[in-house]
Amino acid sequence: MTSTPIKEVREDGRKTSIQHISTSRRIKDRVVQGLVYLAFALAVVPLVSVLWLVVSNGLERFDLEFLTHSMNGIGARDAHGGAYHAIIGTLEQVLLASLISVPIGLFTAIYLVEYGNNGRLSRAISFFVDVMTGVPSVVAGLFILAFWILFLGFEYSGWAGALALSILMMPTVVRSAEEMLRLVPNDLREASYALGVPKWRTILKVVLPTAFTGIVTGVMLAVARVAGETAPLLMTVFFTNSINNDPFNGPQMGLPLFVFDQAARPNDTAIDRAWTGALTLILIVMLLNLVARLIAWWRAPARGR
Amino acid sequence: MATNVQTRDGGPAPSRSASRRSHGEGLFRFLSTGAGVVLLGIMAAIAVFLIAEAIPALRANEANFFTELTWEPNSQQAFGIGALAFGTVLSSLIALVIATPIAVGVALFISHYAPRRLAAPLGYLIDLLAAVPSVVYGLWGLAFLVPLLRTPSQWLNENLGWFPLFAGEGIIGGKTMLAGGIVLAIMILPIIAAISREVFLQAPKMNEEAALALGATRWEMIRMAVLPFGRPGVISAAMLGLGRAMGETIAVALIFPATFDITFQILTPHANSIAANIANGFGEATDIGRGALIASGLVLFVITLLVNMAARMVINRRKEYARAGA
Repeated sequence: MTSTPIKEVREDGRKTSIQHISTSRRIKDRVVQGLVYLAFALAVVPLVSVLWLVVSNGLERFDLEFLTHSMNGIGARDAHGGAYHAIIGTLEQVLLASLISVPIGLFTAIYLVEYGNNGRLSRAISFFVDVMTGVPSVVAGLFILAFWILFLGFEYSGWAGALALSILMMPTVVRSAEEMLRLVPNDLREASYALGVPKWRTILKVVLPTAFTGIVTGVMLAVARVAGETAPLLMTVFFTNSINNDPFNGPQMGLPLFVFDQAARPNDTAIDRAWTGALTLILIVMLLNLVARLIAWWRAPARGR
Repeated sequence: MATNVQTRDGGPAPSRSASRRSHGEGLFRFLSTGAGVVLLGIMAAIAVFLIAEAIPALRANEANFFTELTWEPNSQQAFGIGALAFGTVLSSLIALVIATPIAVGVALFISHYAPRRLAAPLGYLIDLLAAVPSVVYGLWGLAFLVPLLRTPSQWLNENLGWFPLFAGEGIIGGKTMLAGGIVLAIMILPIIAAISREVFLQAPKMNEEAALALGATRWEMIRMAVLPFGRPGVISAAMLGLGRAMGETIAVALIFPATFDITFQILTPHANSIAANIANGFGEATDIGRGALIASGLVLFVITLLVNMAARMVINRRKEYARAGA
């Protein structure tokens, strides 16, 4: 121990004073670095844990029966049954939600970028789009319940679920599309105007095609986000154990709802189905994410050219 | 810049073109303005219809909606938001206290510590946390986290029981406020980390280099040049996370045991929230019951709206400030 300070003095002597960093400062620097690395590790642990448990527990029932059968006629303790009805429901609901929210979202983005001129209306819309991203999903569901089912008197249906999902999708679509439209160089617009092309045709033929892949990526990410939403479905599509291919008539199941329903049951057989449902759901969401990233990546080199 | 502004404002000069074209122009402008107005309308409609459908239930309510703790709209027509609102706030605060420091660490790691080539993929890894559906977190929390927390909870209760949050007698551990808070923390971590990362990356490079040139260590540089710049961003990110935690439904609906009391003992199985109560109570709700749930949803909507608007205002002011400075 006694030799270390001497060593330090010698080292200090060799170093110029400007390079010298006192031990306490160096220790502090190291400690913070350690904490920062630890924080990152702490954040990754739950991700790994969730994915590992979903895959290891979900694979048990991940078979053809699960993917092709519904829960119709399956007793409370029976092991069989599947999520076919829920998968069909989720695909239809998400597709319908996209059909509603993509046009509205895209046109809103066009307004914000091309027509808004940063005026009062455009600033209000921009602000409330941000606020809308924070609307809790359960509130979106309650709104459709209050408006579509209680006020207008329609029945629970996949379409009502799609309406609720579209409210959650819209702000995400607006934001990503807006970002992409702003990336389109102004030179392209000006060149088009210089050729006498009216503004709306410029948007349609020049701006949108340029931003197309980016917008598709944003839409895919928005779809991936709402595909996993459970709360809005709870009060709009209701529960059913049987297959309903028609989203406009009668209760329809959704895959997240299926997981919620099975997870809340006390039997191990139901918990097993919940894990497999979770695995299926994650696979669908990750696939959408991956496709979105691939489209974005495929586009990236074009930007550099 | 000047040319940009001109084209944005002026648009295309030639308006001599055929009338078919100007029809198209009008239609396009109408559609895009209309879409924006529809969005504003939806926000207004959410408030209007939630209020309209909540009023009959609130009229029938025999208890004070804001102070009553129990929730018996179906049988006794007496319900109140008291315990639920308390649970929503407490669980979100637990989540925020856990998630913010970790998220700031993650953001610093990706913006200033990770090797540059690894930064983007590692950031994507954190974003993946946000891609996991909330029902999966609920299932994970119920089947894995709740049993896992039992022993640590009992240890905390035995050794630090004098601390009000860790106090409590009887059953310790299980479906607790702490378990829900941790799951919420995991779910809001990516959004706080993502926004903080963006802000830290925007910190002026000149200041960072100046600090390093003056002989600052990396931590001193971050403390002097990055953190002061990023503070408003981190605060608003944390507020957005708070709003998200308050509205999070399905994960806590699976974990919280649906009790209706106010207690700070986060290690005992007493926990509930507005959102969890809506998800758990909807199945057996009568007409009055549904109205009551919609009324509680309205309260949740207003709280999250206020939190989000405050957060957005902080961010937007920052944006304008940065633009003015640039």
